Amino acid sequence: MQLYSLTVQQALDLLRRKEVSALELCESILDRIVAVDNSTKAFLTVTPEEACDQARAADAARAQGLDGALLGIPIALKDNICRLGLPTTCGSRILESFIPPYDATVVALLRRAGAVLLGKTNLDEFAMGSSTENSAFFSTRNPWNLDRVPGGSSGGSAAAVCADEALAALGSDTGGSVRQPAAFCGVVGLKPTYGRVSRYGVAAFASSLDQIGPITKDVTDAALLLNALSEHDPHDSTSIESPKLDLAQVLRPEVDGIRIGVPQEYFGAGAQPQVVAAVQEAIETLVDMGALVDTVSLPHTEYALPAYYLLAPAEASANLARYDGIRYGVRADNTADIWSTYCESRQQGLGSEVKRRIMLGTYALSAGYYDAYYLKAQRARTLIKQDFDHAFERFDVLLSPTAPTVAFGLGEKSQDPLQMYLSDVFTIPQSLAGICAISIPCGFDHALPIGLQISGPALGEATVLRVAYAYEQATSWHLQKPPLDKEN
Amino acid sequence: MLTPEEVGHIAGLARLGLSPEEIQTFGKQLSAILDYAHTLARLDTEQVAPTATVLALENVLAPDRAEPSLSQEDALANSPQVQDGQFRVTAIME
Repeated sequence: MQLYSLTVQQALDLLRRKEVSALELCESILDRIVAVDNSTKAFLTVTPEEACDQARAADAARAQGLDGALLGIPIALKDNICRLGLPTTCGSRILESFIPPYDATVVALLRRAGAVLLGKTNLDEFAMGSSTENSAFFSTRNPWNLDRVPGGSSGGSAAAVCADEALAALGSDTGGSVRQPAAFCGVVGLKPTYGRVSRYGVAAFASSLDQIGPITKDVTDAALLLNALSEHDPHDSTSIESPKLDLAQVLRPEVDGIRIGVPQEYFGAGAQPQVVAAVQEAIETLVDMGALVDTVSLPHTEYALPAYYLLAPAEASANLARYDGIRYGVRADNTADIWSTYCESRQQGLGSEVKRRIMLGTYALSAGYYDAYYLKAQRARTLIKQDFDHAFERFDVLLSPTAPTVAFGLGEKSQDPLQMYLSDVFTIPQSLAGICAISIPCGFDHALPIGLQISGPALGEATVLRVAYAYEQATSWHLQKPPLDKEN
Repeated sequence: MLTPEEVGHIAGLARLGLSPEEIQTFGKQLSAILDYAHTLARLDTEQVAPTATVLALENVLAPDRAEPSLSQEDALANSPQVQDGQFRVTAIME
């Protein structure tokens, strides 16, 4: 077995037994990136020297008898997360040369836990997209089939973990941007409860929805990373206090008496039959293990997508007003006045999807349309949240597909924004409700992974992870590897 | 269908320059998305309060205390144009 193919937990075991050094692990990963990243194009920036320095420091710390939750573990960051001194582009021309003067809180927490930071992964510009094709730099490929998208917007992070180019990665999820690429790439993606992980130092897209989450090779690693990342942060006024998970309690393959709800609205038109079949089989597996299952209705599900595509762009139009060419980013040359500086800098620096969403959000917030669009969407959000509140009175978790299809082809949806938006139809409701959800692999269709989504109530991560872990222990989907080596 | 004038007006509010082609394309695409968004009109929300945040938090306060922050040099480091330790901008008033 190659070191790069280890999970975080497996690597920690070897490091703690001193059978492997952090430097060996880091070098194995860096070699792997050199070998396969030409195919996957997962990374925007790799920092081999700094990574090796951090690995040496981890080895030195361990030699002194110290340990850390992630000491010596190589991890990649989505490139909308600020890392001191390293370009943070958000996949946008407008931030091409932006170098953050500080670390995001999640980066500081990873450093404190001893992680080795590998570099920055590709994303849809400002995390707006479902395929990573909206990156201003290049498209990332799905390691399972290089002609397919990896999903998005955290497509680079998902492809990197899938292709063994990182032991784990961080993504951000506003309407499914961790879960959907995890599903498309056959890895694990956790969107924590809104507020559980600090957003400080992560480029804001839609502030009432954005949440950082881990993308990992298995459920154990997702739990390990969540524990390392969830901590109250005074720098983020939406950060909440949350208990650390008791991993011994969470990671046990028992679902006896767990009440599973199956929301009917997630199995209707739009969901591919192969995806539905795989998820139904997963539900049966859990029933065989002792879980109790029943159907449930989330009657406002169909309104989640239209509500989201008013609320998220509205928040984005306000958040992205800061990219005006003055304090950072691209500035248009030779403009006549400040108005032209703003308009032309933004015209030159921002890509189509970002412009489209700024326009949409500005429209929804503008005089005469605010009540009919923005306020209406906020009211719909209340109903969507209430659907979940009612469901969680009867059920511990809800099971559904993560995405209606497997990974689609590069270019297949890039000309039709509305079709692209529909690929997030099963992940957006949880984001609007602020609850937690995980995507784990549950099968394949034509050698492309299918994702099972397990949703839980706010701060219900322990149960969500426990159900996910039990399913994972009973199956071997998470052990499948993409055929990259054969092609190289 | 949004007219080119309406698209131009929204772009102005957003301080976003658009090419004539973009105005055409966005007119069509935004109209399609807004038509779709209009499905919300079917919902009776007369008695439903809006949700701006899912958190139960209210008025998160911090002590008003000076803390170390970015140096002037660091704060200016990413600006495309700097002069005399300040952000340089185009004239705002005649």
